[in-house]
Amino acid sequence: MAASASIIPSNATATAKFRATSTAATTPLSPPSVLKFPSISPNYPSTKPLISHSALPHFQHKPLSAVTPPNASSTPPPTATASTFHGVCYVVGDNLDTDQIIPAEYLTLVPSNPEEYKKLGSYALIGLPSSYQTRFVEPGQFKSNYSIVIGGDNFGCGSSREHAPVALGAAGVAAVVAESYARIFFRNSVATGEIYPLESEGRLCEECRTGDVVTIEVADNKLINHTTGKENKLKPIGDAGPVIEAGGIFAYARKTGMIPA
Amino acid sequence: MASATITSPPTPLINKKDAGLSAFSSQASFSVRKSQKRACKKIVSVMAPQQSERRPATTGSVKTGMTMTEKIFAKASEKSQLSPGENVWVNVDVLMTHDVCGPPAIGIFKREFGENAKVWDREKLVIIPDHYIFTTDERANRNVGILRDFCNEQNIKYFYDIQDLGNFKANPDYKGVCHVALAQEGHCRPGEVLLGTDSHTCTAGAFGQFATGIGNTDAGFVLGTGKLLLKVPPTLRFVMDGEMPDYLLAKDLILQIIGEISVAGATYKSMEFVGTTVESLTMEERMTLCNMVVEAGGKNGVVPADSTTYKYLEDKTSVPYEPVYSDEQARFLSEYRFDISKLEPLVAKPHSPDNRALARECKDVKIDRVYIGSCTGGKTEDFMAAAKVFLASGKKVKVPTFLVPATQKVWMDVYALPVPGSGGKTCAQIFEEAGCDTPASPSCGACLGGPKDTYARMNEPQVCVSTTNRNFPGRMGHKEGQIYLASPYTAAASALTGYVTDPREFLQ
Repeated sequence: MAASASIIPSNATATAKFRATSTAATTPLSPPSVLKFPSISPNYPSTKPLISHSALPHFQHKPLSAVTPPNASSTPPPTATASTFHGVCYVVGDNLDTDQIIPAEYLTLVPSNPEEYKKLGSYALIGLPSSYQTRFVEPGQFKSNYSIVIGGDNFGCGSSREHAPVALGAAGVAAVVAESYARIFFRNSVATGEIYPLESEGRLCEECRTGDVVTIEVADNKLINHTTGKENKLKPIGDAGPVIEAGGIFAYARKTGMIPA
Repeated sequence: MASATITSPPTPLINKKDAGLSAFSSQASFSVRKSQKRACKKIVSVMAPQQSERRPATTGSVKTGMTMTEKIFAKASEKSQLSPGENVWVNVDVLMTHDVCGPPAIGIFKREFGENAKVWDREKLVIIPDHYIFTTDERANRNVGILRDFCNEQNIKYFYDIQDLGNFKANPDYKGVCHVALAQEGHCRPGEVLLGTDSHTCTAGAFGQFATGIGNTDAGFVLGTGKLLLKVPPTLRFVMDGEMPDYLLAKDLILQIIGEISVAGATYKSMEFVGTTVESLTMEERMTLCNMVVEAGGKNGVVPADSTTYKYLEDKTSVPYEPVYSDEQARFLSEYRFDISKLEPLVAKPHSPDNRALARECKDVKIDRVYIGSCTGGKTEDFMAAAKVFLASGKKVKVPTFLVPATQKVWMDVYALPVPGSGGKTCAQIFEEAGCDTPASPSCGACLGGPKDTYARMNEPQVCVSTTNRNFPGRMGHKEGQIYLASPYTAAASALTGYVTDPREFLQ
């Protein structure tokens, strides 16, 4: 049975030759996460509030806000309260490139399609070499048990594929803490709001190990590793803060009057 | 090896990160991180409008010199003066997208601007299917269909469509690899801003314009507004002087540079290429140079436009353009100098583009295959170069040698253009005599692996010498595949011996 896996919510007119075959009938799925960081009151410029994540030790709940297909009703995004991330971390090395985050063969998936967004998540970090003994997403799963990724230098280098931060986000990653980022990956993370890109002071990737339980206090610029008992400093989000706070580039552009609301 | 090729400047070494490399910083450092720290007290954001900041030199009476990239930003943001670190809204002259990133960008565009929204300018969007074309993968085929529907709906002027996958020649509009097509179809012009949903969009900097890769969300934004908020990058200057030896190609030059500054050496920075060697390069060679700027983390690469540029553009575009050049007093973050005559053919060993080594020092590396193609090494001149080596040898290749012309035009050149010194033979004839695979349908091919049935995809853990741009684990398919990045000369030489081989074995 060929279901039309349409990208455009309403009038996709894919010709029969190019009609994709879905492996399952389209089921009502949670729409892809878009806005993770709703706008804050301008009275608090120094804090970078984020959606609070419930403190379950091994699974990170990620509130999903609605992508609104034109005629569908939308659920409003959760309001920001605290600025904390809590969960189990997965550690990768330097120069973690986008081919490792999401190999090219999976790029035929179009994230604005909810079914394909979910699938993308299942392939997050599947490109890691076999030297990584723990898989990021278990076979058959769509989400990872790890909601925080800790990386080294030049995280996200390589291709401009936005599928990279999106795949991580779809897999349930809430934040990445890397020593430094490649430009396009950082920009894509901020523009989509899929993951919160933080920078560490020093080699966090050498201090933490996959499976450690960590808490990130964004406002205090710190990461607490409950497994080792150590605290590490993070760099302030800096220039990208207001865009993330607004909820990504579109929300920011609306807020500043660049495009109509 | 590096010290032999780089001249020492009179000023002391400042750039400590690059040990053994002669570099000097002019003026105070424009490090992005420093300006972040300095301005941290206020809310200075990477994407904030200019109004909220007080800048010291805005009286207009003191004009500081600007680099090429800064000037292009200034023009595109309608400002007379700006400096690195500033965030400005730039007007986009051309936006390019392809079959992988086009559909997501379109989805975002419609979601944000409405189902019935129209793109900001139907003539400034260039849609080029090129990545996953000759495959039976249904989603890949569907994605080309999505592009087609969108182009019909929006009446997009430049859509290089393909419908008959069994015979690429039956598609008059189809071009092939986007970055080569952009150049060949006259969409690259000095002084302009070109954005594309592909990291190798920086290739177009060869034409003296600002060209960089962006993600789908940014592209969705440009589709609706024709603008994007960009941060002005500081510029690293690379001065290359000396006569280009006849065994070296631009690929060797950029591998030299990436090996020098590392895969993060140019992050958030512009890379400007000047010098007598650069001036002697053809447009395609300049494209190769700028193509891999992103492999050093660079935001964009630029080569000043000159008569070579104008000649190339003569028959390709009638749109007026205005080249810009760095001022005498322009401030560069660092300057690197190279004496090209001292360089030797290089490879980038697995698994990083900065894992530089001399080709001759890898002569014991046995290889399983050679791949010649992609925006980096699949242009007409790349194939002519490979043919030159095969011609000089007269022997047959020892390993499967895959040839994937970047575009239809390149494919036709391979079959039509005579190779100098061959007595009128074409590249295709020389390749056939050397026992290479038949040149394949033009596309990105196996450079990035792609769907499993992609021609020349590496589906087993093999060793490959490739004229492509990246060699991270799994790049061409198999995670344990070993990819040696090289010039077309080096790739052809390696095919002939079955080992990584310095092309001087055949060219001298």
